[in-house]
Amino acid sequence: MRITCPICGERDRREFYYQGAAVALDRPAPDAGPQAWDDYVHLRDNPAGRTRDLWFHEMGCGAWIVVERDTVIHEVYSTELAEKAAR
Amino acid sequence: MVKLVAKTPCEGLLPFSYGTVSLSEVTYDSLTSVAPFVGKNKAVADVFKAAGTPMPAVGRATGKDGQRAIWFGRGQILLAGLTEEGLEGLAAVTDQSDAWAVVRLEGENADAILARLVPLDLDKGVFKRGHTARTQVQHMMASITRTGVQTFEIIIMQSMARTLVHEFEIAMKAVAARR
Repeated sequence: MRITCPICGERDRREFYYQGAAVALDRPAPDAGPQAWDDYVHLRDNPAGRTRDLWFHEMGCGAWIVVERDTVIHEVYSTELAEKAAR
Repeated sequence: MVKLVAKTPCEGLLPFSYGTVSLSEVTYDSLTSVAPFVGKNKAVADVFKAAGTPMPAVGRATGKDGQRAIWFGRGQILLAGLTEEGLEGLAAVTDQSDAWAVVRLEGENADAILARLVPLDLDKGVFKRGHTARTQVQHMMASITRTGVQTFEIIIMQSMARTLVHEFEIAMKAVAARR
């Protein structure tokens, strides 16, 4: 599997660390209530198909990257710096 | 009183050569990381320019032997053998002189040796002189810069210097044996 780092270009999957679903970028408001916070902290989808993950270019430039990929066919559709996606 | 003896990271390990390629240690007077603050990229670039070594773009290194500015990751540049005057308030500046080991791989077919250790295309057609990359050498995170047609400088965490030398020795012997 190859992942395109927005900074470094296409790199081997070995250089990346997988963090998990990209929910960390959608943090609820502090007063959103216990249900919203419970979902944010504990609940994750487990999709067979398209998913958005956070990956860390650990062995490369050190950027956090949002990767949209398919868990069934392993195709990577797009990558974006997390700092941009969060804005 | 205890008298401390300064040792370089690869002391007693290098240099050596196999076939056409040699591996030797490079000692810079200092290593300093420069991480420009948000919005200060341009100001930092001006300081670099005034000092005579242009600020390297992503994936590039500037300067010459003994004095280099190397792109060192997202928002970070490593000054090797260069001083960092005039960056107060513009960038986070950290002395890293004792954190890294630097080696030079030199000789015909040097890229054939790196091809065994690095998951990145370092062929001279795509990875030219002055190009640099953060990647890995086997399992160790590294910075690799092509400083000449057949010359690379590899920077690795100091604590892994012995392992790096060991990995290179295996790869260099194997490449030499096949020629």
